[in-house]
Amino acid sequence: MSDQSVSLLQIDGLTKLFGGLRAVSDFSAGLPEGALHGLIGPNGAGKTTVFNMITGIYVPTEGDIRFDGTSLVGMEPHLITRTGVARTFQNIRLFQDMSVLDNVRVAYHMHAGYNLADAILHLGRFRRQERLQSDRAQEFLAVFNLTNRRDELARNLPYGEQRRLEIARALATKPRLLLLDEPAAGMNPVETDNLMELIHFIRGQFKLTILLIEHQMRVVMGICEWITVMDFGQVIARGTPKEIQSNQRVIEAYLGKRRVRGL
Amino acid sequence: MSMPQARCLPTWLTTLVVAVAVFVIVTMLYARGIMTSYVYNVLQLACIAAISALGLNLVYGFNGQFSLGQIGFYAIGAYSSALITKEFTTYWSGAQFSTLSWLQAGMIGVVVILWAANRLHLRQLFSRLNKALAELRRMERTILVAVVVVLITLVLVAVGAALTWVLQLGISALLTALIPALPAAAAQSVLFFLALVTSAAFAALVAYLVGKPLLRLHSDYFGIATLGFAIVIYTILQNSDMVIATMKGARGMVEIPMWTSWPWVFGILFVLVVVMRNLVYSSHGRAIISVREDEVAARQMGINVPNAKVIAFAIGGFYAGMAGGLYAHLIGFLHPSTFDFVRGFDPLIIIVFGGLGSMTGTLVASGLFSLIIEGLRVVLPQGFEDWRFVIYPILLLAIILLRQKGLLGTHEWGWLQPPHVLLREVAVTGGNPQPPEVIP
Amino acid sequence: MRLTWLRTPLRIIAWMVYAALSLVIVYGVYRLIQFKGATYFFQALLDGLRLGFVYALIALGYTMVYGIVRLINFAHCDVFMVGAFSSYYAITSYGWGIVPAIILAMVVCIVLNIAIERMAYKPLRNAPRITALISAIGVSFFLEYFTALRFVFGADFLTYKRPFDVVVWNVLGLSISNITVIIVAVTLALLALLLYIINRTKVGKAMRATSQDATAARLMGIDIDRIITLTFGIGAALAGAAGVLYAIAFPQIWTFMGIMPGLKAFIAAVLGGIGNIAGAVLGSLLMGEIEVLTVSFVPFGSRIRDLVAFLVLIIVFLVKPTGILGEPQVEKV
Repeated sequence: MSDQSVSLLQIDGLTKLFGGLRAVSDFSAGLPEGALHGLIGPNGAGKTTVFNMITGIYVPTEGDIRFDGTSLVGMEPHLITRTGVARTFQNIRLFQDMSVLDNVRVAYHMHAGYNLADAILHLGRFRRQERLQSDRAQEFLAVFNLTNRRDELARNLPYGEQRRLEIARALATKPRLLLLDEPAAGMNPVETDNLMELIHFIRGQFKLTILLIEHQMRVVMGICEWITVMDFGQVIARGTPKEIQSNQRVIEAYLGKRRVRGL
Repeated sequence: MSMPQARCLPTWLTTLVVAVAVFVIVTMLYARGIMTSYVYNVLQLACIAAISALGLNLVYGFNGQFSLGQIGFYAIGAYSSALITKEFTTYWSGAQFSTLSWLQAGMIGVVVILWAANRLHLRQLFSRLNKALAELRRMERTILVAVVVVLITLVLVAVGAALTWVLQLGISALLTALIPALPAAAAQSVLFFLALVTSAAFAALVAYLVGKPLLRLHSDYFGIATLGFAIVIYTILQNSDMVIATMKGARGMVEIPMWTSWPWVFGILFVLVVVMRNLVYSSHGRAIISVREDEVAARQMGINVPNAKVIAFAIGGFYAGMAGGLYAHLIGFLHPSTFDFVRGFDPLIIIVFGGLGSMTGTLVASGLFSLIIEGLRVVLPQGFEDWRFVIYPILLLAIILLRQKGLLGTHEWGWLQPPHVLLREVAVTGGNPQPPEVIP
Repeated sequence: MRLTWLRTPLRIIAWMVYAALSLVIVYGVYRLIQFKGATYFFQALLDGLRLGFVYALIALGYTMVYGIVRLINFAHCDVFMVGAFSSYYAITSYGWGIVPAIILAMVVCIVLNIAIERMAYKPLRNAPRITALISAIGVSFFLEYFTALRFVFGADFLTYKRPFDVVVWNVLGLSISNITVIIVAVTLALLALLLYIINRTKVGKAMRATSQDATAARLMGIDIDRIITLTFGIGAALAGAAGVLYAIAFPQIWTFMGIMPGLKAFIAAVLGGIGNIAGAVLGSLLMGEIEVLTVSFVPFGSRIRDLVAFLVLIIVFLVKPTGILGEPQVEKV
């Protein structure tokens, strides 16, 4: 409990049951401010379920999630976002039929600073705020090298750019904690390298704390400072990348027992 | 997509010119007697259909909530505005402004109740109560919480009712003092305007109250529930004479002053188009559209999704109510069968036909729709009138099969296009991200 | 917060409220039955059942089509109407019996519905879902107004001549007519046949697979187009039979007769959980009962029966958003 004061995100005994299935059981973790942690594990280990509970899509069966001291359990997803938690999705969920710029501007909505009447009457406040919002959104696009795609529909972007746009959109909510769900999935090695650089960059630039789910070991081992490994809903190991690499249970979980015995 | 072209006039100007031209031409043609009053009426009906369809376009085209209930709000707007104006001209209730003042006061009362319930944070209260009673059995707890709910509701309703009663006296006194003091023509216009706005607001409030619980339903289920709502309204109208005699139930309400005219219809349509356009191209509009695109992602981007849905639905209801009010005073006679659920498909057909999520498409399609329906009446030879609704679905099917995304898809014209966003230059070199300017 | 000292009084209050509510409800129901008599109540139940069975036959067509192609087939109610009319001509002009008339209606409806599917829905298979819905509305309008033309069925009400004499038996004070017996027997027979097809045959398996996941079913080598045709055919056959039965029970037919029963049957399917066969039957029986009981017991019941039916629908939705037997929708994130 003593480390609660230093942890930005503190998860204790998180459990989620789907009917009889224990998707996540007794998951605990703590993220200090500014950390970059990885969450890995085989398919179906419950990683995304943890994300969904942090962001309020699922309500945990048991356990507590504290973000900067306040409990997120039972809070509406959009209010959780307002406290400073943003995420990306495993299977990209952009607003397909909106322009790239609008995708980012939607995320900026909660900082819009004008009401419906301002918008309908085009009052001064609307004009000022709208310009501010567009400028900010374009700055995000510039960071992610998407400026020349600004007016295209999100659905028309190539895969790598869609991934980047999703991160840009998440950042536009001005988060303190960013949850990335397999950001490198489906990327080629060059794109992956760029992505790793980008994650480093935004972390410094926006003073973020990042929790990352990833399958590509190169990414996780390359950028994470601390790794938690899950299997069948349970934490089976935690430690620095080095420790994880040599952890027997992790190797078993990933490669299966027989292979390990054969080694 | 719409690059600024230096040579062209600004879009708002061209659009305004077109609107004014349409208005003036129709007015002139009618004044000179070139246009028959039949065509004149059809044009007004087309504009009314456009208003209602614009509202549905916000709900379904932009917000993605499949609603079949638009006709219900249309009916609410029609009947409530008719009651108000008919009272003004015929004193059917004995007084002249009682419907208007009661409606206004009642709406304020309901809004105050809603506001108070919101400020009391009832949900938190109940969860705390539940926790405090944790030692009791579940059923005992439920009953106790239910008792508390009923008590709070009663108190709120009592407060709201008292407020309504007091307000009604005030509003009624104010109206009685002010409106007869005006010259007759002005008094009529003011009252007509008040009737339209009040009944549209009433429709919007009903939409809010209905939408709040129903909008939790997904896609088709919401559609069916709103269809149910439309049929409930229809049945109520058929039996309305049991409560208010002058509504005459299934026999149809008569003696509604025919005050709707081309300037009224066109003016209101114009204003509502401007409002819709400004709404859609604002942050609130983008929030509404994002709900259509992906509800989960919208939530995670901080959008209050239930709120965005209910706002869009209420605005849609407002548009339908306004259209209904104009319709009632154009025809002068209201019958429940005008608001039967089969007619409720009309706005849906219009927006799909014009292109979902296209305001221009909705406007064009409502014109074409009225042209087809009414034009067939003119074109078909004697003895073939029955063929009107045989040919109309064939045309509809042909168009739908040929243009699956509607006439205009999601394209817009003129000032209705998305406003151009000024490009902001930020230095970016190569593939490496550069630090942007300070972002607060 | 400790509430030990309050616990007993609170519990007593809770139980008193509970007892009072239960008493009021039980007494209300008792008075209602007393008021008109128990026989009247059971007679109403029986009539509701009869109506519910007809609804069930229509509802099955809606629910099966929805389960396979996710389309609200608004034209289904007009297929039902055509079924009633074709049997009318067979009976009045050619003096056919009830069984051949039902079979004829079923065949006509199958042909009609498959033709509709080919012409109006198949070209839109890859279009947005709403387009197919508009197409369905168009087909519905067309069928209603086309058949209302003078040289087709005409726009007037026709009196349906039953091909048998009505016999009423008196069982325990309830009057049961052979109309009821026929309706229940035909419906049960068709239901049994349908359940056999769906659960015991290869085609039925393919249909179930398609309704769960059309793409996966296609990958497994199922000919989706054939399954869709078959589904429309089966739905139409049931609607045709329902048309005859409905006309026997309420012997007034005209070309717009399908709208209200069709709508109610569809609502019944949604009430039970759309895409679910058992749900459609359950919802229909419920719908029939609600309607008849409202007419029998509620003041002004015959004027407000639709109101009550749809209010029930809305309330069910609020409690269970996917219908009584519907699977809850779980969004995969």
